[in-house]
Amino acid sequence: MSAETRFAPGTFTPAPGRGRLGRMLAVQTATETKLALRNGEQLLLTLIIPLALLVGLTELPIIDIGTPRVDWVAPRVLALAIMSTAFTSQAISLGFDRRYGVLKRLAATALPRWLLVAGRVLSACCIVVVQLVVLSAVAALLGWSPHLSGLGEAVPLLVLGALAFGALGVLLGGSVRAEITLAVANAVWFVLLLAGGIAVPESSLPAGLATVVDLLPSGALAGGLTDALARGTSPGAGPYLVLLAWTVVPGLIATRTTRLT
Amino acid sequence: MSLDATTSNRSAADPDQVLAVHGLVKRFGAVTAVDGLDLAQRRGTVLAVLGPNGAGKTTTIEICEGFQRPDAGDVRVLGHRPDARELRPRIGVMPQGGGAYPGVRAGEMLRLVASCARQPLDVDWLLGVLGLTDALRTPYKRLSGGQQQRLSLACAVVGRPELVFLDEPTAGLDPQARRLVWDLVRALRTDGVSVLLTTHLMDEAESLADDVVILDHGRVVATGTPAELTADATDEQRLGFRASPGLPLADLLTRLPGCTAEEPDPGRYVIRGPIGPREVSTVTAWCAERGVLAEELKVVRRSLEDVFLDLTGRELR
Ligand SMILES: Nc1ncnc2c1ncn2[C@@H]1O[C@H](COP(=O)(O)OP(=O)(O)OP(=O)(O)O)[C@@H](O)[C@H]1O
Ligand SMILES: [Mg+2]
Repeated sequence: MSAETRFAPGTFTPAPGRGRLGRMLAVQTATETKLALRNGEQLLLTLIIPLALLVGLTELPIIDIGTPRVDWVAPRVLALAIMSTAFTSQAISLGFDRRYGVLKRLAATALPRWLLVAGRVLSACCIVVVQLVVLSAVAALLGWSPHLSGLGEAVPLLVLGALAFGALGVLLGGSVRAEITLAVANAVWFVLLLAGGIAVPESSLPAGLATVVDLLPSGALAGGLTDALARGTSPGAGPYLVLLAWTVVPGLIATRTTRLT
Repeated sequence: MSLDATTSNRSAADPDQVLAVHGLVKRFGAVTAVDGLDLAQRRGTVLAVLGPNGAGKTTTIEICEGFQRPDAGDVRVLGHRPDARELRPRIGVMPQGGGAYPGVRAGEMLRLVASCARQPLDVDWLLGVLGLTDALRTPYKRLSGGQQQRLSLACAVVGRPELVFLDEPTAGLDPQARRLVWDLVRALRTDGVSVLLTTHLMDEAESLADDVVILDHGRVVATGTPAELTADATDEQRLGFRASPGLPLADLLTRLPGCTAEEPDPGRYVIRGPIGPREVSTVTAWCAERGVLAEELKVVRRSLEDVFLDLTGRELR
């Protein structure tokens, strides 16, 4: 087959230009979301384990928390879900996307850098929405009755929590080798789950550790959500300030350390 | 190599030059990957960059694409610095391997890249013409090497760029796919797109490129059109043929002034000198007089591969 029959003249006549921002953002967000929902390991982390913990901790009296148990388990599982998506899953996928040259490929297009970040953030938000819907529905089946008055505090806490863990995820996944990211992201997830104020409430931790836990994004998010949804009280400014600090500082460092490859 | 202001100013001002590189240096620790390199490419031409493994081709291209920072030198791509944002939509990039999410389907990836362009090519048509229709729903990591290459090529051209960088576009492709890529590069050129490609296939460079640059150890060792590079300085050509062994070559040479002849293997003959139509017919006539048929008669030009090996050495490194 000759060039003439395969490619009509004029087919490739240059017509460079940037696509519409809204469409770029929509396509990138949709692609990343589909990839995350299709990836078995990521689903295990973002949905299956949180679901298992929600049901397990509610039904089995392993850890001493308030009653009804589900009211105290659900806010903690929501905090875990946020950490899994925004931090662990995000860091690992960013690490491997860098490794496989995806960021370079996208940076070589007309896609602005900020949009590259925005697409990932929006995609993480979509996953978080799916998590919140599924986990809340299952918690409701288990008899969850959160203090609806606490929703006004829970929503900004969830958003700030996602931003703080997201900044940490980008900081980790954007700077070191993919294998190191994989190991560290999973280890941190596990440590924060057990000793960072998520699965085990601060009250059950040794006194020294409890103070540290309040200053961790995991402790601040889980504690704040528990206050708002289980106790129906305001967590005060503390958790907000902690999460804000964990957003700003890692975020600023990440803008300097994040590399495309 | 020092950089003088006049050269860089001239290059920046010349609208006909899509690429102007002067005195480019890039070091990785003790390794000097690019060592004072100069390159120029005219609009609408195909420039092939050749060189042994590790010669600095990919490093040079990545600097032009804005992915690596040079240690010294001046690079202008379409008149801009390589990291200029306004350059992005105007160039297309095919990296040497990689460039897609492991789990992404071929169609999704190309659609994503196409969405970044104002007037992209038709995605379904492009996937079809590159033979990727059957692989539309296959995740990238399960595509064959050649399919991954073709998807990467599609991503490089889908946005209708003015200048395309193709780093080893035909590496690992079967002969059909290689022809397809050649057709595509020719079509790009016909439509006024400038193409810079690297390759290890000399016939590819010879048949596609308007200009060839041969790199070695990060320096340019030769540059010119394929014809210029393969034109023999001594004007010597070779005529090879097969016939029965032991022909009296001294007798033949009396009719071929200025030529030499040898029989390196029994029955295989090589005549060197200014070979033209007259010399060829002299040889066949001389054989016929002896009742011998001259077979596999061939005038051999110095190939680009000969030039390449002469310049860069025959040892592996
Ligand atoms: N990131 C890096 N760190 C260290 N050394 C590097 C790096 N990138 C390239 N090099 C070195 O620079 C030299 C040139 O590499 P480059 O990839 O440009 O070669 P190439 O001409 O593209 O080779 P090939 O034909 O194998 O693709 C090599 O010696 C390589 O090892
Ligand atoms: Mg290379």
